[in-house]
Amino acid sequence: MIGSKFKKKQGNTTPGINTSSLPDIIFILLFFFMVATVLRETSLKVKNSLPQATEIEKLEDKSLVKYIYIGPPQDMYVKQYGTDDRIQLNDAIASIGDIGLFIESERAALRPDKRSYMKISLKVDKRSKLGIVTDVKQELRKADALLITYASIKREEVY
Amino acid sequence: MAKGKHRPDNEINAGSMADIAFLLLIFFLTVTKIDTEKGIKVKLPPWSEEEPPDVDVTDRNAFVVLVNSRDELLVEGERTDITQLKNKAKRFIANFGKDPNLSTSPQAAVISFKGNRGTSYDMYIQVYNELRAAYNELRNELAEEKFGKPVSEFTEADSLKFEYVKEFYPYRISEAEPTNF
Repeated sequence: MIGSKFKKKQGNTTPGINTSSLPDIIFILLFFFMVATVLRETSLKVKNSLPQATEIEKLEDKSLVKYIYIGPPQDMYVKQYGTDDRIQLNDAIASIGDIGLFIESERAALRPDKRSYMKISLKVDKRSKLGIVTDVKQELRKADALLITYASIKREEVY
Repeated sequence: MAKGKHRPDNEINAGSMADIAFLLLIFFLTVTKIDTEKGIKVKLPPWSEEEPPDVDVTDRNAFVVLVNSRDELLVEGERTDITQLKNKAKRFIANFGKDPNLSTSPQAAVISFKGNRGTSYDMYIQVYNELRAAYNELRNELAEEKFGKPVSEFTEADSLKFEYVKEFYPYRISEAEPTNF
């Protein structure tokens, strides 16, 4: 008796898949990406494939880290800037002399008690030459920005 | 289409919610990058006008590492492969006065690293990384021996032990201005 009753209700149409939980799943994905990623602040004008190293440490406080990019200009900028290594500060290609001012303005934007903890991350393309990196380091010393990191990618195997 | 007796059909249609969430998701995927902020931490020496004194190459406490513009490595006057560099540096630092050609103590030992303006940055990082690795391995060995665990397993409570290890094997990598030939 019960069986026949059940069959009656079934009908011939195939039931649609219930998608009401789909937004929840997407929201979970969204939150994951919001937490695990940081906003991309600058668009890179120089090539930036970082070297690999084993003795690397994590940078703790993101708000105190300022970036200097060095590398050959990307293909679309070659006509404008040539193929030699160039320095990029924020969004623009800069020259060595601009670094002091860049450091000063970044430092002034920080809270006074945090200024001495400002760190500079040197994101240098591995094909760059040491000369330009040294020039940048000398400018950083002059500007009294002494805490730097050579941004690198983790290499697992050790020599 | 509910055939129930008194159930009004008043559910909000949530079908477009997925679309909105997808849009947000795609927005965040494009404007963010996955966190990969890692690197070799270095503290630069403060700026001074006068040139730093030249390292005395004959000094037993100086370990001279040179890299030329063709990325070739010269360690203490010998051409060396980068795979050998770490062990050579470790032997030099942790000599404790035994070998008369190597350092007297880890605190007195100085690694002098000089590149060339034409050296590739990749080579520079590899060499610097190996020198750092030599110090870090020695620190770990000391920490294992004294405290039974490597430096990486030190917690907040072990800051004194970490200070001890750091004082025993201080990073002393001095970088000279690269040459320009």
